[in-house]
Amino acid sequence: MSLSIDDVRRIAHLARIRVGEDEAVQYQSQLNGVFDLIARMQAVDTAGVAPMAHARDLFQRLRADAVTEPNRREAFQAVAPQVAGGFYLVPKVIE
Amino acid sequence: MSQTTIKQLADRLASGKTSSVELCQDYLARIQAGNPKLNAFITVDAERTLAEARAADARRAANNAGPLTGVPIAHKDIFCAEGWLTTCGSKMLANFVSPYDAHVIGQFKAAGMPCLGKTNMDEFAMGSSTETSYYGPTRNPWDSARVPGGSSGGSAAAVAARITPAATGTDTGGSIRQPAALCGITGLKPTYGVVSRYGMIAFASSLDQGGPMATTAEDCALLLNVMAGFDARDSTSLEREKEDYTRDLARPLAGLRIGLPKEFFGAGLSGDTAIAVEAAIEQFKKLGAVIVEVSLPNSGLSVAAYYVIAPAEASSNLSRFDGVRYGYRTPDYGDLTEMYEKSRAEGFGAEVKRRIMIGTYVLSHGYYDAYYLQAQKLRRLIAQDFAAAYRQCDVILGPTAPTTAFKLGEKADDPVEMYLSDIYTIAVNLAGLPGMSLPCGLDGQGLPIGLQLIGDYFSEARMLNVAHQYQLATDWHQRTPGGF
Amino acid sequence: MQWETVIGLEVHTQLTTKSKIFSGASTAFGAEPNSQACGIDVALPGVLPVLNRGAVECAIRFGLAIGGKLNRVNVFDRKNYFYPDLPKGYQISQFETPIVEGGALTIQVGDREKTIRLTRAHLEEDAGKSLHEGFHGMTGIDLNRAGTPLLEIVSEPDMGSATEAVAYAKALHGLVTWIGTCDGNMQEGSFRCDANVSVRRPGEPLGTRREIKNLNSFRFLEQAINYEVRWQIGEIEDGRAIQQATVLFDSDSGETRMMRTKEDAHDYRYFPDPDLLPVKLDEDWIEQVRATMPELPQARRARYQTEFGLSAYDAGALTGSHVLSDYFEAVVASLPKADPKLVANWVMGELSAALNKAELGLAESPITAIMLTKLLGRIQDGTLSGKLAKQVFEVMWTEGGEPDAIIAAKGLKQMSDSGEVERIIDEVLAANAKSVEEFRAGKDKAFNALVGQVMKATKGKANPAQVNDLLRAKLTG
Repeated sequence: MSLSIDDVRRIAHLARIRVGEDEAVQYQSQLNGVFDLIARMQAVDTAGVAPMAHARDLFQRLRADAVTEPNRREAFQAVAPQVAGGFYLVPKVIE
Repeated sequence: MSQTTIKQLADRLASGKTSSVELCQDYLARIQAGNPKLNAFITVDAERTLAEARAADARRAANNAGPLTGVPIAHKDIFCAEGWLTTCGSKMLANFVSPYDAHVIGQFKAAGMPCLGKTNMDEFAMGSSTETSYYGPTRNPWDSARVPGGSSGGSAAAVAARITPAATGTDTGGSIRQPAALCGITGLKPTYGVVSRYGMIAFASSLDQGGPMATTAEDCALLLNVMAGFDARDSTSLEREKEDYTRDLARPLAGLRIGLPKEFFGAGLSGDTAIAVEAAIEQFKKLGAVIVEVSLPNSGLSVAAYYVIAPAEASSNLSRFDGVRYGYRTPDYGDLTEMYEKSRAEGFGAEVKRRIMIGTYVLSHGYYDAYYLQAQKLRRLIAQDFAAAYRQCDVILGPTAPTTAFKLGEKADDPVEMYLSDIYTIAVNLAGLPGMSLPCGLDGQGLPIGLQLIGDYFSEARMLNVAHQYQLATDWHQRTPGGF
Repeated sequence: MQWETVIGLEVHTQLTTKSKIFSGASTAFGAEPNSQACGIDVALPGVLPVLNRGAVECAIRFGLAIGGKLNRVNVFDRKNYFYPDLPKGYQISQFETPIVEGGALTIQVGDREKTIRLTRAHLEEDAGKSLHEGFHGMTGIDLNRAGTPLLEIVSEPDMGSATEAVAYAKALHGLVTWIGTCDGNMQEGSFRCDANVSVRRPGEPLGTRREIKNLNSFRFLEQAINYEVRWQIGEIEDGRAIQQATVLFDSDSGETRMMRTKEDAHDYRYFPDPDLLPVKLDEDWIEQVRATMPELPQARRARYQTEFGLSAYDAGALTGSHVLSDYFEAVVASLPKADPKLVANWVMGELSAALNKAELGLAESPITAIMLTKLLGRIQDGTLSGKLAKQVFEVMWTEGGEPDAIIAAKGLKQMSDSGEVERIIDEVLAANAKSVEEFRAGKDKAFNALVGQVMKATKGKANPAQVNDLLRAKLTG
C-alpha cells in the first residue's frame, strides 16, 4: 500500500496540522516507509483472535457519584492563550 | 565522581552526616557544571529545590522522615508538577506551568524527596534518542557525539553523569530501558497499572508506564516503593496491596530459571552486545540460575503492531493540544481552522506530527480493521507468547537494545531505522509486562551495553532481586563516564 | 400523490447525577463560566477520566424500564473531532458496544396505541458551550457543561408523522423523568431531540434522510418535522433528489437549513478509549437497581383503566408524569369515599388549568394533594356543591389556606338547614306570584326561574337538589 499526496493532505487536515507543499512530499515518503514496516503485520493470520485494547484484561472500576472538585478557574486560565470574563476565546465559530 | 547511591544518601541523612539542603546544593552545583555539556535538564529551579530540601530537613528534625526523605531526585518533564514548567519536550508546552501534581510527583513529595529539576526528553516521549526535544538533544555522557537513547534520555544521561542520584522516566516502547542501556544505568518499567498515569502526559495510554532510573537495582526498588501504588484517579491503576520491592533483594538465585528467547539472539544484534549478554548469562549460571530456551514467535512483529497502536492512541491523546485552553497558539491566524492547523503545525515537531498522521490514518474510515484491529490481535498473540514462555521460566533475559549509543543525527532522518532501536523492548509494553535494563558491559568503544530482564506480571520484586544479585557479583553498574 | 413519512429520533437525556460522568466537578446548571470545569473537563495534559457509577446506574434503570438488553460488558470509545467546546479533541461515547440495546416504548396517538422500537441507548459526555455574542467578533467557550453525563436514546424509524414523533418524545420524556434518570428540563437542555426524517411513496424503499439537530421543545420538534417533510416532498416532486445532510431548525423562520452534507461528514476515527477498561454490569447490581424501580407508566395506565374505570385518555394523561400520577393516587387513596373519577376530573380540570395558566409545575402547586383531598372531601360530605368547591379552590390557589377555614371565613358553606331554605322559598314564592301561577298553568320554565330566585337569595349556598325537592313539594303539595 502507499499513500498519495492527497491522502497525506486529507490526514493532515483531519489531524488539524498545516502541511506545506514540500512538506507533504516529505511526509509522503516517510509515512510510506513506516507503512512498509507496518505492512509486515498483514502476513499473520489472526482469525479468531480477540483484539487486545488494554494491557490487562480487566474491568472498569467506578467512582461514587460525588462532587469533589473545587473551582480552580483562575489557576487553569492563568496558562490560557486568551480568556475574557472567565471564557476561553477562540476565533469566531460559524455554524 | 561520586559513587553515591540513594541508599547511601538516605543512610547519611538518617545518621545526620548531611542535610537535604547540603545534598541538593551539591547536586545543583553538579548540574550547573555538567548540564551545559549534556543538556539533560530542561528546567532547573534552585530556589524551589532548596525550599523543598529545607522542608525535608524540617521533617527530619521533627522526627517525621520517611526512608528517603531529603534525597533529591530529577523528574522527566512529562510529569506535571505544580508550579514547575512542564513542557513534555515540546514547543507546544513551552509556557505550561502545571497547575497540579501528577500522582508520581505527589508520591515523591509525600516521601519528602526534593525535585532537582525536569529532565529533557523526546517530544511527547516520541523517539529513541532525545533528539526530537524542542529544547535541543541531550548528549550521552559517555560520548557527547552520541545520543543517550530516549525518550527518557535526559533522565538517563543525568543519572549516568551522577548529576542526579536518580530520576523518573516513562516507558511506552522502551523509553526507560533503552536510554538506561545506552547510558549504562539501571531502569525499570513496572507492570502496566502498578504506577499511576495520572498527571503523566499521555503518549499511548494503554502502553505508558512510569518507572525509576538509578544507578543500582536496589535504588530502583527503593524508588518503586515510592512510585507504585493504587490511585483512584487512574482507571487503569491496579488495586493491589502495597508491596515492598526490596523484600527479595537478598534472595539467592539458585534454581532461578532464566528464559532466553531465541528470537532475541538472531541477526541484527551487534557483536559486542551479543558477547556482553553471553557473558552475563555465564555470570547468572555461576549464581546458580538454570538457562532455558524459550520462544516468542510473534515478537518480530511487535514493532509493526506498536507503530499502529501507539500512534493511533497518540493521535487522539494529542488532540487536546489545540491552542485553546493552554499551550502554544500561533500568533497569526484568521479563522478557527487556521488557528488549529498553524498552532499544531508550529507547536509540534516533525516526529510528533508524523506519528499523529500515522495514527490518524490507521484509525480513519476504511483502514481501521486492516491496521488498528489487526495490530490489537497481534498484541494478544504477543502477550500469549509471553504467557507460554513463563510456563517454562521465571524471568526472560536478553539484550535491551540491538546496538550501543549511536551518533547524533545518525538515524534522525530515517524514522524506520530509529523505530527498530526498540525492537527488544516494545513487546514488553504491548503485553503490559515489567521489564528492566541494567549495565552488563562496555563495547569496543567504551560505550555501555544494557541487559534486559523481562518478568511476568507483578514480578518486579523478583526481577529486582535478580538484578541486585548480578550487581553484587559485577561492577558494570559502577562504571561511570569520565569528565563529570 | 401519496407520501409516507419515516421518522427516527435520537434523544440526548442529561442524567441526574451530582457530578460529571468522568470527573468530580458539579453538574449544577447556571454556574459562572468555567467555574465547574475541573482539570479533567478542561482536558489538562495528563488528566484521566474515571467513570461515575451513578451515570451507569441511570443507564441500567433506563434499560430495565424499556425492556432492553443490558450489555453485561460494554465499552467506551473515543469519537475524534476538533471543536473548541470539545476540550480533549474527542468525545468519550459508546460506539460498538453500548450499555443498552433494543427495548420498546408504547405511545398513545389519539385513541390508538403504537409501539416504537428502540435501537440502543449509550452513555456519553456532553460538550461545552460556545457563545458567539459579546466577545468582539470572537467566540467564548464555557466548559461547565463539558463532561455532563448523557444517555443518548436512539429509536428505530418507527414514527410516521410529526404527531407520532412528538407523542414518542413526550412518552420518553415522561419515562425518563418518571424513573428519575433525567430532570426533563428542556429549557436547560436536559432533553434534546435530533430527528431523522425521510419521505417515500408507499411500498418504496426508505428515502434519503436528513437529520434535524438539537430540537429542544416539543413544539419545535413538530414544526421542524412538518417543515422538513413538506420541503422534502417539494424537492422530490420538483425532480430533485434529497442529499443526506444534517440541518438546523430556525425557530424564527420556521425553516430548516443545511449545516453540512454527507460529503463533509466527519471521519470520527472511533476506537476503544485506552484510558477506560470495559464496564461490567454484575447481576447483583442489576437486581439491586431493579428492586428500586417504580411502577412504570405503562403498568399504571392499565391499572387506572381496570381498577379505577378511567378512560384510556384519562389514564394516559394522568400517567404523563410521575409527579402527576403520584399526586392523583395520593388524593384517591386518602379520600373518605373512593371516587377516582371525581379526583381525575379535578386533577385534570381545575388543577391542571390553574397550573397551566400560572406556568407552574405540579411540584410548585400551591394546592397540595392533602389540600385537594380536604376540598374534595367537602364535596363528598355535601358541605360544598361543585360550584362552591370551585370558589373555595380559587381562594386556596390565590390566597392559600385550609378549605374548611376558607368555607367558614367566606361563608361559602352550603346551607344544610332545610328550615332556613324553606323560609327563603316561602319568601320567594310570596314575591313571585306570577311565576307560581305560570308554573301551575303548566309552564316548566317558570319552575327554573323560581329555583334561580332561591339560589340567588341564598347567594348560591343552597344545595340545588334540595331546593328543587322542597320547591316542587311546596308547589305541588
